[in-house]
Amino acid sequence: MKALAIEVARFSRRNTLSAIGGLIGLLIMFTALAAPLLAPRDPLKADFRRMNKPPDAQSLLGTDQVGRDTLSRVIYGARTSLFVAFSAVILGTTVGSLWGVACGYLRGRFDLVSQRIMEIMQSFPDLILAMAISMAIGTGLPAVIFAIAITRIPFGGRVIRSVALSVREMPYVEAGRASGASALRVMAFHVLPQCIAPYLVLATTHLGVAIVIEAALGFLGVGVPPPTPTWGNMLADSITALVPPWWLAFFPGLAITVTVLAFNLLGDGIRDTLDPRLSPAFLRMMAGGRRA
Amino acid sequence: MRKYLARRAFYAAITLFGVSLSVFVILRVLPGDPLVAILGAEGHAQMKPADRAHIMADLGLSDPLPVQYVRWLGDIASGHLGKSFFRGDTVAAQILHRGPISAEIAVLSLIVSWLVGLPVGILSAFKPNSMPDAVARALSVTFIAIPGFWLGMLIVLALLFWFGYKAPIVIVHVWDNPWQNLQIVVGPAMVLGLAQGAYIARMSRSCMLEVIGEDFVRTARAKGLKEWLVVMRHALPNALLPVITISGVLLGFVLGGSVAVEQAFGVPGLGRALVTAVIERDIIVVQNLVLLYAVIFVAVNILVDLSYAWLDPRIRYG
Repeated sequence: MKALAIEVARFSRRNTLSAIGGLIGLLIMFTALAAPLLAPRDPLKADFRRMNKPPDAQSLLGTDQVGRDTLSRVIYGARTSLFVAFSAVILGTTVGSLWGVACGYLRGRFDLVSQRIMEIMQSFPDLILAMAISMAIGTGLPAVIFAIAITRIPFGGRVIRSVALSVREMPYVEAGRASGASALRVMAFHVLPQCIAPYLVLATTHLGVAIVIEAALGFLGVGVPPPTPTWGNMLADSITALVPPWWLAFFPGLAITVTVLAFNLLGDGIRDTLDPRLSPAFLRMMAGGRRA
Repeated sequence: MRKYLARRAFYAAITLFGVSLSVFVILRVLPGDPLVAILGAEGHAQMKPADRAHIMADLGLSDPLPVQYVRWLGDIASGHLGKSFFRGDTVAAQILHRGPISAEIAVLSLIVSWLVGLPVGILSAFKPNSMPDAVARALSVTFIAIPGFWLGMLIVLALLFWFGYKAPIVIVHVWDNPWQNLQIVVGPAMVLGLAQGAYIARMSRSCMLEVIGEDFVRTARAKGLKEWLVVMRHALPNALLPVITISGVLLGFVLGGSVAVEQAFGVPGLGRALVTAVIERDIIVVQNLVLLYAVIFVAVNILVDLSYAWLDPRIRYG
């Protein structure tokens, strides 16, 4: 525990901005978890005596067309947004990473075919692939998570594959193989542990992207369906009015921006600390290498 | 070079074949009857089974899937791409009508991103950790985090509130009325351009910093060249390659992002058409538009690769 505290302190000293980002991220996560305690009112409860009210003492961020409290909705929106983003990134990056380990370690035909499949997956712009998938399998919460997760798979696959490719040549892996361990065992106990640092880096750097995709899906009307308050849904609702009230358009978007900014800053710091291989220079090389 | 081109084209063809197949499969595993989506649950229930079967056959949805897929490939080859369920026109006609607006937005945003991102990146690389550098980096980090569609909404709202201004909401092509056309495309192009510009500024800063440390830059300085000549003639060309790569990668971001940004600005482009089709579950339109976006993305990536050989004489494709 003490060692962890020292590590965190050292990280914060070297990456002040990232530490601030991490702190804000923690605050937002706390807000999401404690939403029922923090929200001043029920986010779904309409109040027809107080419709379209600008921010005042009773509702700090104003109310929407049916009198729901914007602050409460933004707070509950953090729940959906973070839940979707975390689940999608963990699911997508994990599947991608395991696939990448298999590609990098087994090589050969399996790798060749996998590379083509990932190439196909990466030929779609993220948002458009997510739209098509969530259209196909419906627009519930699991569907949105699944749709975003699929767009994250090839990123995990490519980066972890390159790690596995270099790890498999190391003497201790060879020793494992020589002592008769099965491919599965070598991958699980010798190669996989080396992939944890890049995995963490990938996961944090993709959180921001996932949050934006989720919000965009909601904004386009193909995300988590109403009445669940999500930041994207709220933005979509706000522009249905003839003269959209500014507070409805402003606060949910601000929440998205602050959250994405916080996670991006944290991700940059973690990348610089844990894995210089994921520095921009290396990623550039990867981006160039993948189209040879 | 020719051999390389042939190989690239071959791989691209395989990729695009896979893309079309996966789009097709994704959209056919749709749970539920497409007719329910088209007619609504009530309309569907009121219809006689024979009528339903008739409509399904009419739309070509009752054939076995491989037949449908081959027919789609035929539609692509013939160039009309099939018909929308809801509108009388073919998808090709829709693309020709709406495509130019989206293409203009994409190209303009690319120009904006380079005009903004490159100078900012170069300036911050030459005074690293100075005040302007810090401001530039803070701005680029912020612009990367701001969702384009939100910024777009805010711009539309601000113009409406303070100036009572609303951009035209019908399609005006540049060859019909350039001024009206500009009013439609300039907003989305700026929003998308600034977001890309933020990435470009970041990338060009780090590449310039790398290049500036190299021997040939020191030599150029040592022989008494003016600083701007050192930058423009020696450092910049060597830092450009990765910036071009990231610009190609960003195109995927622009293609996807433009869908939401067009919606925010109310621009009647291709992205709008895609969103409408997805919400109406107009499968034929969706499958063609998604394929189109993928084709553009793949083609741009090939162009980016070819630009390497042109920019960097050391790279030769064999």
